[in-house]
Amino acid sequence: MSGETITPARPTATSGVLLVLAHPALERSRANRALAKAAKTQSGVTFHDLYETYPDFAIDIEREQAALLAHDVIALQFPLYWYSTPALLKEWLDLVWLHGFAYGIDGNALAGKRLFVACTTGGGAKAYHAHGYNRFSMDDFLRPLEQTAYLCGMVWETPFVVHGAAVKTDEALKAEADRYRARVASLLAPADAELGA
Amino acid sequence: MQAVLIQAIVYLGAAVISVPIAKRLGLGSVLGYLIAGVVIGPFALSLVGQQADVMRFAEFGVVILLFLIGLEVRPSTLWDMRKTIFGLGGAQVVGTALAVAGVSLLLGLPWQTALAVGLVLAMSSTAIVLQTLDEKGLRQGPVGRAAFGVLLLQDLAVIPMFALLPLLATVAPPAVHGDGGHGASLISHLPAWAQGLAVLAAVGAVVGGGRYVVRPIFRFIAEARLREIFTAAALLIVVGVAGLMQTVGLSPALGAFLAGVVLAESEFRRELETDIEPFRGLLLGLFFITVGAGIDLRLVASQPLTLISLVLGLMILKFLVMFGIARLFGAPARGAAAVATALAQGGEFAFVLLTFTVGAGVIGATLAALLTAAVAVSMALTPVAVILYERIAERLNAAIPDVEPETGDFDEQEPDIIIAGFGRFGQVTGRLLAANGFRSTVLDTDIEQIELLRRFGRSVHYGDATRLDLLRQAGADTAKMLIVAIDDREKTVELVETARRAFPNLTILARAWDRRHAYDLLANGADAVERETFEAALSLGATALQKLGFRAHRAHRAASFFRRHDRKTFEDLRPMWGQEEAYILASRDAAKTMDRLLAADLQRLRPGDAGGGWDTSSLEMELRERAEREGAS
Repeated sequence: MSGETITPARPTATSGVLLVLAHPALERSRANRALAKAAKTQSGVTFHDLYETYPDFAIDIEREQAALLAHDVIALQFPLYWYSTPALLKEWLDLVWLHGFAYGIDGNALAGKRLFVACTTGGGAKAYHAHGYNRFSMDDFLRPLEQTAYLCGMVWETPFVVHGAAVKTDEALKAEADRYRARVASLLAPADAELGA
Repeated sequence: MQAVLIQAIVYLGAAVISVPIAKRLGLGSVLGYLIAGVVIGPFALSLVGQQADVMRFAEFGVVILLFLIGLEVRPSTLWDMRKTIFGLGGAQVVGTALAVAGVSLLLGLPWQTALAVGLVLAMSSTAIVLQTLDEKGLRQGPVGRAAFGVLLLQDLAVIPMFALLPLLATVAPPAVHGDGGHGASLISHLPAWAQGLAVLAAVGAVVGGGRYVVRPIFRFIAEARLREIFTAAALLIVVGVAGLMQTVGLSPALGAFLAGVVLAESEFRRELETDIEPFRGLLLGLFFITVGAGIDLRLVASQPLTLISLVLGLMILKFLVMFGIARLFGAPARGAAAVATALAQGGEFAFVLLTFTVGAGVIGATLAALLTAAVAVSMALTPVAVILYERIAERLNAAIPDVEPETGDFDEQEPDIIIAGFGRFGQVTGRLLAANGFRSTVLDTDIEQIELLRRFGRSVHYGDATRLDLLRQAGADTAKMLIVAIDDREKTVELVETARRAFPNLTILARAWDRRHAYDLLANGADAVERETFEAALSLGATALQKLGFRAHRAHRAASFFRRHDRKTFEDLRPMWGQEEAYILASRDAAKTMDRLLAADLQRLRPGDAGGGWDTSSLEMELRERAEREGAS
């Protein structure tokens, strides 16, 4: 087991962002690599590369739950595959966000935390529209995650979306990465400060 | 006996004192040996007696040097170098000979003598050039390759010179030439066609013998696992070939080179290199010492100006000719200057040729003695000239960007990975790496295994990887990773420890016998280990679960759980390793822990349950309760 990325913290002292990255071929990705690199350097961010930690899908449930407990903000970063998450991220949700832990009568471990989704797509912004070839908006496609946050009593943050990731120029990607870093930094700020803005 | 011991003490002592000092002063080992030779020579401390005998013995160093170089050159490489050898080399010999002859003519020598002097002085010193370039790390690059091509042609050119030089005789030979060095062979009384046949037969014997006789013999010796006999056999080959070549009047060094080329493609190449290497170093050192001792200081003292102008004239002329030729052949200015500087001295062949020409009545004895001294001094000055060249090049470096990166290599590219042991374990690892585009050099001691793999075109070498020198030969200095996959427990630990100490930057992965061996390896510097049967046993266990009725995914997950817990235990117990008692106690405790963990896993995975992680029983209960509440209301 590699994956020393998670620092086991006491469940009582929560702080910072748990950035869960799911990309099965990060070595071929430009956008997700650039985004992850930008966000990783931000202090207060715990970077967690799912495919690097669990190449065989053998997820350590206890360890993952402890990591969720230890952070205020859960950020999920992934490329949109078939209008959904990559397989391991779904597996991670299935295995870790259990009844009695994340939801259900006794399941309130995540209540009050914030869920933030950062997502890249191959198609351009125009495609994700009632009149585009994908026929639905990004908000529509991310509904399952939004509802997951709702069921767990979490605050749904406005998603961060990069469209047309594969065809972006290096400069454009750089700009997106800077925007992403700023967004992650703003998540680290106290929630009331954000409300005041 | 006493005398031999004293001689050995003198030579070894001189080398041991002088060479490290020279090296420390940045002069290089060659100059160190030469200085040692001058000091103990008959004209200074006069500590050495039978100069000629030692010289003959020491010349063997050059033979071994050429054999080793041959081992690095595959026939295909030689073919690729034909333009360098015959073009550049031929132009150098002809051009230099004519230039030197022209100057000699101007100085008033008869044309025959002038031409003979030109031919003799066209030769450069293989030993000094290659050793110096090696030390500067230039031998594998384009500079080294050009120099080597020229030197090789010079070696070839010696053969016709012995035939040509007697024709230039101006006076009757002073005596019937008895010992004419290379010229006098056992077959010199035969008619020309028979001599030619003999030469061809000898070359054929070296090529054919190397291919079809030597390899089976080495295989036989290797199977017997007698390292010193292997070394003896290697030396026997070199000596044998040298003897054979001398018999038919060819240069022994050239023969040794040929033998090396023939064996370059054999699986024993690395082992041969490693075994012969120390002899090369010592004998070449001895050779340099004898050259130093041979410098006639009395002659130098009596005609200092003549000698100085001779040496400087020779070196400058040779430099200019070579520089011009190299430029004509398209070398960049810096590279051409480097090659020309390296080749600017007279060579060891000059000594032999001068003796021969005096015997043949071509060059007078006085002139020959003067030339011998000049050649020796020019050899001694070569390391100095190279240092001077480097200084100037460095000075110019600021102005001219380096246009010639030293990248080329005689041989296969440097490997990324060295795999020690290519049996049942190393093979799988090696194949996976190769399939993903990583180059590896394999070392193994199982001859049959090597045979098989070589038939499939794999780069496999015979050798015991626990030898540091062999590891170095295999490229451990530049490789990224060493994978130790041999099946000997103690040797694995020994190899990991040695490699960790000698190559701190190398990533070392090792095959471990069991848990304890794994700890031992990690403690000795391995970066990662794998217990050799663990994964296989786990995999078979998963198959067993499946055959017992588990669905495939569940069996797979059960194995994954097991692996995780086992690895965690492995890490937990690691700090205790070394304290024998604590370890035994802890491992007993760990066995209990493991039982508990496994029991927990099994409970979650009991038949009828949906399985860990997909357990919906609590959700079902909640939904049922809700339904009841809603039904009641």
